[in-house]
Amino acid sequence: MSAIVEFRGVGYTVEQAAGSLAILQDLNFAVEAGETLVLLGRSGSGKTTALKLVNRLLAPKGGAVLVEGKATVEWDPIRLRRRTGYVIQETGLFPHFTVAENIGLVPRLEGWPAERVRRRVDELLEGMGLTPGEFRGRRPRELSGGQRQRVGVARALAADPPVLLFDEPFGALDPVTRFDLQQQFLGWRRTFGKTALFVTHDVREALMLGTRIGLMHEGKLEMLVAPEEFKRGTSAEARAFLASLDWRMESDAHRPKQ
Amino acid sequence: MLTGLSSEMVARTLEHLELVLVAMLVAAAIGIPVGVGLTRRAGLRGPVMGLANVLQTIPSLALFGFLIPVPLIGGIGKRTAIVALVLYALLPILRNTLVGILGVDAAVRESAVAMGMTDWQVLREVELPLATRTILAGVRVATVTTIGTATIAAAIGGGGLGVFIFRGISTVDTNQILAGAIPAAMIAVAADEGLGWLERKLLPV
Repeated sequence: MSAIVEFRGVGYTVEQAAGSLAILQDLNFAVEAGETLVLLGRSGSGKTTALKLVNRLLAPKGGAVLVEGKATVEWDPIRLRRRTGYVIQETGLFPHFTVAENIGLVPRLEGWPAERVRRRVDELLEGMGLTPGEFRGRRPRELSGGQRQRVGVARALAADPPVLLFDEPFGALDPVTRFDLQQQFLGWRRTFGKTALFVTHDVREALMLGTRIGLMHEGKLEMLVAPEEFKRGTSAEARAFLASLDWRMESDAHRPKQ
Repeated sequence: MLTGLSSEMVARTLEHLELVLVAMLVAAAIGIPVGVGLTRRAGLRGPVMGLANVLQTIPSLALFGFLIPVPLIGGIGKRTAIVALVLYALLPILRNTLVGILGVDAAVRESAVAMGMTDWQVLREVELPLATRTILAGVRVATVTTIGTATIAAAIGGGGLGVFIFRGISTVDTNQILAGAIPAAMIAVAADEGLGWLERKLLPV
């Protein structure tokens, strides 16, 4: 196994009136080829910032983020971004583009011939369970939330990037659609065999999709373990997340017998 | 009645249209690129928009007058009138270009950048198409205002339908005033409708 993405002593701060605020501190980890590394954390834990450092929407203030062995600041940002698929909550699709234009964007920017782009779009629509003939010409507003997210994933996969970045992609969906897409995600992972860095605040999602889970807390990586091991986590933050998962069982236990 | 005026009315209307058309083309050719530039240079926004605002507050007759002694762009005639009309039309076009582009959904812009679009591609393929409605609305407002303001061009020898109005005022001849005012109003309504139609044509909802 080799690291596709590597964080080496990464720090990130933002300047505020009151002084500089540390968002990330001394972050060290590697995303190995083929795995889905989930960064789990509360809002404000720094997980989204970490993700944006990978495709250089942000540049680290300390340390280095390496993609395919090369620091992000040494990459041409345009080249780097075309080699990293990016999926965010449902608002990321271009409203004035059709589904086919959204999915075919990066291949087109990369100068693929139109016919090859078209074939790739159809192949990805099929892969996402969306009939090409029906969906190719639609606009994002003519899709359901779940369909939009599938188009978002297809767009990220289009130019076959070595790594995919997911920023709470299923966060805005209703629970049933979310569960459906999470299951499909596991299928796509088998089909496309991609390396992924996935950010979420949903511990269920982390346990379901992650091959490893990195727990982010106040800008630090508290632990980075396999899901089974995460369930036995003893730190306060890990227990807080696991408790949110166990609510139903606990409340059942406390419910008075009839 | 107006019949004696009819041939002059045609000539003055054409003159008026020429003033408005040239002024709008120049104002759009300056206002849209400068507006786009301001979206990239936050520091210049305040000063440039401030200047455009100040220009807008100068009474129009005074602005035409101020320009007469200015070298190169000043003097008596059409050119000076067009310069004044351009200065007036700039603000709505600038402001709507700026607001239209800055109003594009931040998530859409971020994903355009994250897809590996260059700044130019983000602008051309994402920001401008999504801001078109707002930019066109600015052009529409500016055009309608310019059609009215262009009647003042006659005061500095710029011609147009204002010639009738100024002549009518000085000779206390209502027919003359109406010969200028009615076509100007009709052009304004037609321009508003026409640009509205163009907007719907370009951007079916």
